[in-house]
Amino acid sequence: MKIAVCVKQVPDSWAEKKMVGGVLDRAGVDAVLNDLDEYAIEEALRIVEPLNEGKETPEHTITLISMGPDRASEAIRKGLSMGADSGILIADAALAGSDAIATSKVLSDVVAAGGFDLVFCGTESTDARMSVVPAMLAERLGWAQLTFAGSVKVDAANSAVEIARMTESGVETMSASFPCVVSVIEKINEPRYPSFKGIMAAKKKVIETKSLADVGISNSEVGATGAWSAVADAQARPPRDKGIKIEDSGDGGSKLAEYLAEKRLV
Amino acid sequence: MSDVILLADHDGGKVAKTVAELATFAKRGGTPVAVILCANGAADALGAQLAGTDVEKVVAVESDDFAQFGIPAMVDVLAQLVDSHKPAAVLVASSARGKEIAGRLAVRAGSGIITDAVDVAADFATTQSVFGGSFTVSSKVTHGIPVITIRPSAIEGASTSNTPVVEKVNVTISDKAKLVKITNVQPAVKGGRPELTEAKIVVSGGRGTNGDFTQVEAMADLLGAAVGASRAATDAGWYPHTHQVGQTGKTVSPQLYVACGISGAIQHRAGMQTSKTIVAINKDPEAPIFDLADFGVVGDLFAVLPQAREAIQAKRS
Repeated sequence: MKIAVCVKQVPDSWAEKKMVGGVLDRAGVDAVLNDLDEYAIEEALRIVEPLNEGKETPEHTITLISMGPDRASEAIRKGLSMGADSGILIADAALAGSDAIATSKVLSDVVAAGGFDLVFCGTESTDARMSVVPAMLAERLGWAQLTFAGSVKVDAANSAVEIARMTESGVETMSASFPCVVSVIEKINEPRYPSFKGIMAAKKKVIETKSLADVGISNSEVGATGAWSAVADAQARPPRDKGIKIEDSGDGGSKLAEYLAEKRLV
Repeated sequence: MSDVILLADHDGGKVAKTVAELATFAKRGGTPVAVILCANGAADALGAQLAGTDVEKVVAVESDDFAQFGIPAMVDVLAQLVDSHKPAAVLVASSARGKEIAGRLAVRAGSGIITDAVDVAADFATTQSVFGGSFTVSSKVTHGIPVITIRPSAIEGASTSNTPVVEKVNVTISDKAKLVKITNVQPAVKGGRPELTEAKIVVSGGRGTNGDFTQVEAMADLLGAAVGASRAATDAGWYPHTHQVGQTGKTVSPQLYVACGISGAIQHRAGMQTSKTIVAINKDPEAPIFDLADFGVVGDLFAVLPQAREAIQAKRS
């Protein structure tokens, strides 16, 4: 079984984000592996590890695939230190400003060429937050879409997957045969911290860098020029007015109620 | 005037409140045509619920395949309807399912896509609130038929005297859309509380609750509010993940947001800072949530909330 996990390097979700000229200012913020992708890597690891146990060369492998600038290799490296086997980075100056349509095209072409059985993703990146790429991958690849999984059961021998899709509308049990695109929600597991041994091992793992030409996509299909939507304007929200802050000296609750009543909120 | 297709979300028996909202946006740019994809025999009852909204035409496709094969089957049909109707735009409500349908449809139709719009103009230029409301962005789809998902409650759905006729259409669902089988469905248990993203008031709890949400819930129930939680609280397993407000959870923008025992890291602020009025209760006077709060109480939520509740009840009676 070959599993691909699509990962993205994003600005730290615990840091403030800014826009410059209608695009996210990535230079000014710490770049990290998208939190939500860690759950996808962890889930893939939990699937292959028991199957590989005791084997000299692992029969079931995990490849991390990312599209981004050269430094996105750091995000891949983190996933490798968690235990994934190898990485593919699609880095090309022409990719800057790509929309979800182009991103899904690049990722699906790389997945299709790689002979994978399963693709795992997080449900969204914490920067763009569109939550559409996993569904777009399934559409482009013509693979089964098993998204928003709160639990995943893989039956490798029978090439079958069953998930519990968990969304605001409820829980759906759904199943399909390989190949499948699976996206996982945060609830599914607790991603591991890379161990020292894992970090050392990751240094020796291979990250293959591909250009757009390597993938077979022309520059005009991607980037800001190839995007099918455009930002006309981006304005920072004005800061909030300074509010009232009181110390509770036994009447904090009453004062709070008074404030809400004054504002006609209760 | 050209048609504007809007996908009418429903639970099998009841159409969602977002349908009227989508129709009001759709009317700005053309004739609102609601598409209902439902089980055999369900279209008339669902279509009838669209009377009195801005919906002018209803196109319904009945098939039990939707329940069995889910999103890909819906996209397969929707794409065929888009192909035959050539609408000016397709509007879908922003939800996990809505966004996935829109994403697949955009790829299939060769269209640009914009998600989570909070406003849509007659020319389908959109307004989005991004990075947890710290930026307002105007965008436009520049290729193909615009596919736009719109956040719930972005507008009040208009009241009209329309009684749209339900036109039933037969559409064949291709085998490629039948790769996934849905074998069991457990609808979300709807408590007495409103939907988090649609609620006018949200009361949220964080680390300061120490896992005890009874005071947070009691305040929410008194105010008719939804209950939210910080990532710290959902990560600790104190409250369901679906209630998480923040960068990696839901984005809410209610009239009143009450943050209880939440420090207000950017992770959380990004999900609630566009709330109209923000009230915070926290033991730590230095907590960043106080920078956002219109009214902040430095104190113990287990003392402040019960007293506030009593005072509110006294004022009401």
